[in-house]
Amino acid sequence: MTAIKTGIGRTLLRLFLLAQAAAVVYPLLWNILASIKTNTEIMDNPWRLPSGFEWSNYVHAFATARIGDYMLNSVAVVLLSMALLLAAAVPSAYVLGRMRFRGRSFFTNFYMAGLFIGGVYIIVPLFILMNDLRMLDNRFWLSAVYATGSLPFSIFLLTGFMKSIPHDYEEAAMIDGCGYFGTLVRVIIPMARPGIITLIVFGFFDFWNEYVLAMTFLTSDAKKTIPVGLSNLMQIQQYATDWGSLFAGLVIVLAPTIAVYALLQRKLTDGMMLGGVKG
Amino acid sequence: MNTRRKLFIAACLLPGLLLFSLFKVYPTIQIFHKSLYLWTGLGDKPKFVGLGNFKDMFRDDTFLLALRNTGFLMLIIPVLTLLIALINASILTKSKLKERSFYRTVFFFPSILSFVVIAILWSFIYHPTMGFLNSGLEAVGLGDWALPWLGDQRTVLWALAVTLIWQAAGYYMVMYMAGIDAISPELYEAAELDGATKLQQFRRITVPMLWEIIRVTIIFSINGVLSISFIIVSIMTAGGPDRHSEVVMTYLYGQAFTNSNFGYAMAIGVFIFIVSMLLALLSNKLTERGTE
Repeated sequence: MTAIKTGIGRTLLRLFLLAQAAAVVYPLLWNILASIKTNTEIMDNPWRLPSGFEWSNYVHAFATARIGDYMLNSVAVVLLSMALLLAAAVPSAYVLGRMRFRGRSFFTNFYMAGLFIGGVYIIVPLFILMNDLRMLDNRFWLSAVYATGSLPFSIFLLTGFMKSIPHDYEEAAMIDGCGYFGTLVRVIIPMARPGIITLIVFGFFDFWNEYVLAMTFLTSDAKKTIPVGLSNLMQIQQYATDWGSLFAGLVIVLAPTIAVYALLQRKLTDGMMLGGVKG
Repeated sequence: MNTRRKLFIAACLLPGLLLFSLFKVYPTIQIFHKSLYLWTGLGDKPKFVGLGNFKDMFRDDTFLLALRNTGFLMLIIPVLTLLIALINASILTKSKLKERSFYRTVFFFPSILSFVVIAILWSFIYHPTMGFLNSGLEAVGLGDWALPWLGDQRTVLWALAVTLIWQAAGYYMVMYMAGIDAISPELYEAAELDGATKLQQFRRITVPMLWEIIRVTIIFSINGVLSISFIIVSIMTAGGPDRHSEVVMTYLYGQAFTNSNFGYAMAIGVFIFIVSMLLALLSNKLTERGTE
């Protein structure tokens, strides 16, 4: 009797989970199917399967909608932001996590306060500042703002990591004649690698997906990143009604995310535990 | 040796401090300072008006409407998101299903997608003619329920809330799963022996043991709604219909970059900043566990 009851219970649980999985997957699948439909098919019944493979949607997305250009911009901004973030966060976290000096706790708290100040609150003064310093419409300075935004959390995460490395390693390196800098590069960075990788993984998604700052600080079409380009495309397509290429554009943006997720899925969810939590 | 050490420390701290001071600290000081000025345009000279901007805020009907909409979202979304996340997490950890990691991977996925992609996708899902929601309702005979979800002021906030919950529930679920895995299995075994049902175990063991994580996630979720609602609203509805989905962040942005009302926009920023700090403190206070 109980065996039957748990059997029914399990089936119900499975149905409950499957329904939710369908709710997550179906919208994405629908998007992919719509990207290979013709425009008339899209306007027709949304549940119908595509009759053929409408490759021209993808051609349009690259040729007329310039998705390829936006993508290159995004890649450039992600790489630059990542480089700036690592150059700023790794040495800071090393010093704050492992060296004793006056002002250490002040600087640590200084960065922690930054965790509470989100990007949109300060977007107006930031815009005015960047306008005064002629930093607007510039991919490098956008990346610098991105790196700064991720800095407090990254330092918080890495400092914890640095503290867990035993002190013996450093002493041995010092005795072997490594200077401070040599110790950081040759001993500490390799040992902090898991923390640094977590940081890079989170950084990729944050920088690749960022929208508000990019929309505000980049004005010329040739410099726009993918999220801004897509939202422009959506506005244009409302009048041009070339829905197919918009859906194709969405798929082109989704593809790298899905690929990175498939590769790094474990790292990502484990990284969340490691950093505690992140907003 | 000592000066070299000092130089090294300074060199390590410098890049971070430069970026942080320029792009975070200075704008933060500015927003508090300039919120006291009337400042309408980049070429314009700011004029000191004291708390005038703050007084205007409470006579500004659109702002008050935006505030109400934001409050609604900040209440509904965290409660439903975290509840769904908690239920799924305990099902996946406690029922010992073989497909556990499959569901974990699938449910987590929306939280790494670009908000822009999510917003565009969902505005098509809700689309009155092209979307699959209405035609799906028609297909199962519920055609009367089909609505212009984003175009109707009664449904628009709920429609946005569903999108935000869809995006975030899996993220918090993964966080809770790790928390539940860390609870000693002996607690559950003992409860099992005492004849406690799964539901009782959930209420008496899982929720109390996860309480500290739940408290943090409440604050994260509230803050998340504040910033994500900006993107979702500006792409999906642009505040419409008739401002009924306007949220404080879209209103702030519009005041600054459409109306060039910089002083007023910064005052709104200060107000939201203070309110969200107070909310965090309040939720911390309310969820504090008494000595049991």
